[in-house]
Amino acid sequence: MSTVIKASNLVQGYGKTIVLKQVNLEIKKGEILALIGPSGSGKTTLINSIMGMINPQKGEVTLLDTRMPNRKILSNIGFMAQTDALYWTMTARENLAFFGIMQGVPKKQLKKRISYAAAVVNLEPSLNKQVQYFSGGMKRRLSLAIALVADPQILILDEPTVGIDPELRQQIWKELHHLASEGKTILLTTHVMNDAWEADNLFLIRKGEAIAQGTPRTLIKKYEVQTIEEVFLKAGRLQDAHTSND
Amino acid sequence: MRILAMIKRIITEMLRDKRTLALIFLAPLVILSLFYFMFQSNDNETAVLGVRNVDAALVKNLKNKQLKLQKVKSSKQAKELIKQYDYAGILSQKNEKLTLTLQNSDQNKSARIKQSLQLAQIKLRGKTASAQIKKQMKLIRQLSRQLGSDDNHGFAQKNAITYTTETHYVYGSSNSTFFDTLLPIMIGFVVFFFVFLISGISLLRERTSGTLNRLLATPIKRSELISGYLLGFGIFALCQTVIIVLFSIYVFNIQILGSIWNVLLINILLALTALTIGLFVSSFASSEFQMVQFIPLIVIPQIFFSGIIPVSQMAKPLQIFARFMPLYYGGHSLSEVIEKGAGLSKISLNLGILAIFIIFFLILNQLVLRRYRNV
Repeated sequence: MSTVIKASNLVQGYGKTIVLKQVNLEIKKGEILALIGPSGSGKTTLINSIMGMINPQKGEVTLLDTRMPNRKILSNIGFMAQTDALYWTMTARENLAFFGIMQGVPKKQLKKRISYAAAVVNLEPSLNKQVQYFSGGMKRRLSLAIALVADPQILILDEPTVGIDPELRQQIWKELHHLASEGKTILLTTHVMNDAWEADNLFLIRKGEAIAQGTPRTLIKKYEVQTIEEVFLKAGRLQDAHTSND
Repeated sequence: MRILAMIKRIITEMLRDKRTLALIFLAPLVILSLFYFMFQSNDNETAVLGVRNVDAALVKNLKNKQLKLQKVKSSKQAKELIKQYDYAGILSQKNEKLTLTLQNSDQNKSARIKQSLQLAQIKLRGKTASAQIKKQMKLIRQLSRQLGSDDNHGFAQKNAITYTTETHYVYGSSNSTFFDTLLPIMIGFVVFFFVFLISGISLLRERTSGTLNRLLATPIKRSELISGYLLGFGIFALCQTVIIVLFSIYVFNIQILGSIWNVLLINILLALTALTIGLFVSSFASSEFQMVQFIPLIVIPQIFFSGIIPVSQMAKPLQIFARFMPLYYGGHSLSEVIEKGAGLSKISLNLGILAIFIIFFLILNQLVLRRYRNV
């Protein structure tokens, strides 16, 4: 399978502070990769670098064999930010249509795409409601629907399952697996360890460094622990021991 | 396509936000009305006009509720009399020539005296005319009785006296009706202020809510984003300008000597300047509150240089400083067009400079957006 997202020897920072140190990451077509790490570990910076919002200080990022930053490639990425970036006075349908057009969805397909995206997150009955009357969970779902509306090859989702009830969470995961089986590549960040089990591969990040990489099962085996959480703690201790040796 | 969607979105959002809508369209009218009433407030005060050697008929017609007449015998200079007795003005007559000297410290009183004088002359002419018609009617009746007679003596014309008036001012000059001077500048200022505030806050909100990041995660060009903003808010600025100008014409009865299209053109350029500055400044604010803090820093100083205080009388450094104020160019152009009837060629330099302001800040905005996305 071909590599869709690739970061090699990526060093990233703002001014003199270094946020990412020598990150190497590879995601193949149809793969779901979960980025796991505490806040401040550099997850958002990594995502921003992958999307080409910021130029890498060192190393390089390629998406679909194109070196980032590249504006046109962005039409192939469905992005869901951590904050519910929505226009509150507009209806769900208007939000979807607006971002759809921005992503370059042809006008003829727009209606069909909106219905599809709304169906995935169960928002069809509320499509004509203004976002300001939505509950937190509904906003999160709409935000996810916006990422899906342009039928992109790559999905980058920052904390997609926060504030979503378990039933819907399961449904969303079902849809994500379905999308992956269709050949879409999915990169997501999460705090929820249950989400980790759903992903094909995990990428554990701490203090700007990749501390462990692999499928959930191999990681648990490798670190001889029971849960992903424990993998993280153990790998973190190893990282600290390693840096103090330096 | 994307620009169109941006414009549509901005309009939809704005139309749903009734309070902001009211702020854009009603607040300027309220402010301008307040100004209007402030400078009309002492209408009830009576002005005292000294009259010297003026025809009794004219004096009789001059009298009205707000004008008290005082016969003056002294042959001193009018200026001295005004200073001595605090007359609002002195009217003297020599043959058919009237000389009006106005104190002009209260421009309302001066305006009222001038108005009364004009009115009196019109009334007087009307009266002589009607008296003459009556006389002629009588003669015609007489004539019809003694048909054939060619007695035309009765038709001897008694012409109404046409006075020529010369006006002097003790203080100020003829064009210092304060509201008239102020209004053109106020129109420009109000447009500038509201467009600055609303466009700035709107981009700020886009930034803080994360929608700007989401927008920049789409293949939209930075220039498309800025143009969308410019056009979307430009439409509202245009509507606002039209409403303010029409309101000034029909409610305040202000006379626009120049072309109304020039007035609109100046205001549009002023609005676009405010828009680009507002967008630029908003990237240095992290909250609505911080955006408001830019008002005393960026908007208020503009008033001083807009022409309310004559810039040519300021200290040299201040005069140079004034050249960096968009409202200096806008305010002066508006005064030129509205008060002096200047044409496009006379204000074209000012408009060109406003255009430079717009382009300059457009480029800055493009550069600032780089902070959020490098391409």
